[in-house]
Amino acid sequence: MIYFNSVKKEYPKDTVALEDITLSINAGEFVSIVGHSGAGKTTLIKLILAEESPSEGTVFFESLDVNRLKNRQLTELRRRIGTVFQDFKLLGNKTAYENISFAMEASGKTDEEIAADVPHVLDLVGLLEKREHFPGQLSGGEKQRLAIARAIINQPEVIIADEPTGNLDPINTYEIVQILKKINDLGTTIILTTHNRGVVDSIGKRVITLEKGKVIRDDKDGRYMI
Amino acid sequence: MPMVNFKRTVRTGFLNFMRNGIVSLSSVIVMTITLSVLSGVLLFQHVLETTLVNIENNVDVAVYFVPGADEPTILSLQTQVNALPEVASTDYVTEKDALADFRARHANDTTTIQALDVLDQNPIGGLLEIKAKDISQYESISNFFADTGTLGTGTASIIDHVDYNKNKAEIDTINGILKKGRSLGFLLMLVLIALSVVVTFNTVRLAIYFAREEISVMRLVGASRGHVQGPFVIEGTLYGIVATLLTLVIFLPITYWFGKHMTDFFQGINLFTYYLTHIYEFLIVLVVFGVGVGALSSFLAARKYLRV
Repeated sequence: MIYFNSVKKEYPKDTVALEDITLSINAGEFVSIVGHSGAGKTTLIKLILAEESPSEGTVFFESLDVNRLKNRQLTELRRRIGTVFQDFKLLGNKTAYENISFAMEASGKTDEEIAADVPHVLDLVGLLEKREHFPGQLSGGEKQRLAIARAIINQPEVIIADEPTGNLDPINTYEIVQILKKINDLGTTIILTTHNRGVVDSIGKRVITLEKGKVIRDDKDGRYMI
Repeated sequence: MPMVNFKRTVRTGFLNFMRNGIVSLSSVIVMTITLSVLSGVLLFQHVLETTLVNIENNVDVAVYFVPGADEPTILSLQTQVNALPEVASTDYVTEKDALADFRARHANDTTTIQALDVLDQNPIGGLLEIKAKDISQYESISNFFADTGTLGTGTASIIDHVDYNKNKAEIDTINGILKKGRSLGFLLMLVLIALSVVVTFNTVRLAIYFAREEISVMRLVGASRGHVQGPFVIEGTLYGIVATLLTLVIFLPITYWFGKHMTDFFQGINLFTYYLTHIYEFLIVLVVFGVGVGALSSFLAARKYLRV
């Protein structure tokens, strides 16, 4: 489904973020990408979303070279990918309900579909009663659950979660991981970046370990080992 | 779907305008200042133009005829003068009317009036007041009278004097002031409007700069450029509309004060009356300008952060 072919990403002043990355992620997988800060985890994610383009090599989403997409194609690609970030990246001047409905509007859903689906997904992440709250009025865990709700509302093929538990306490971390596992059980591919050992070990699925921009380990039923 | 999208864009724009309270307020204030400058410039242009037209109207060529000049010859001359392309209008004051005017002007001067009374005949000749289409054409009209070949000796003999030459220096000075005044007014207008547009544009850019993170998030969740940009353009449009209404209201007391206290200073131009009678024109100009600047600057500023 996602394929990195000899990818290198270099930033100015000869800073190499990723080097010689060749890997593939299949549909339905739950892949944890681990490594210390600066190992290249977030850069890898940005390459999939075409937020950054590789210095060398290519990144494919199915048959699409993500860095050769036109504006409209890129927009369509991003609608097939749900994203969850450590800093939540919610829209601060929209309510919980509007944050989710925005993603549906963006993908061209009708008002009826939005009215039917948004309360359902808010209920799923336990935020139905806080539908009119703005992100600033939610706790960290609630914000992340809202971000997950927004990520799954359009039933994407892949969810990319970049350090989603980085700002959360253990209880909220556990909740978020359980939600992600449940989503994966329903068939959605999950790509999770983290440096939380407990999270990775509790998932017990494929683990890709990055160090200084290179893949040093790719275990099918992996554990956190650095 | 386009209609649904438009409705959503307008609704989101309205909500953002209301929710981004401080940012919207500061943008509206700056836009109001811009539109106030524009309104001020328009009023200034009106005062300047009216003053210049008044000055122009006060300038004329007066042809004084000798007392007892043959009236059919004068009327024939008037017809010839009216036929000149430079001439806007002529006004013939008969000897009788000229005498009446003279008596009225010197009603308190008994010596002069008594001197007039003892004379057997009217010592005051008639005159022909000529207004040119343009102030620069008075000299050529005056030359027409100097050209005896045009008028013929019979006609020339009825003219006592033409007073253009006496006022030539003043008319030339006024002509220079008029030309410079109009150029200066236009230049001032352009400079002030350009400055205002730049300030407004930068304020709107700053407002959108605060939203740059949100713009990138919107793009990451799959929003198209139009879906992201649309509400910002609506917000910019709302800045323009609200600022227009504020400016129109602000200028009511301002022009009222000018109308009450400065009408004499402006040689009879009542700015309040002018403002009230032209308020729809002001509304149209300000809305077009305000909405144009607001929407365009929002569009351009948002576009900058869409490259994600």
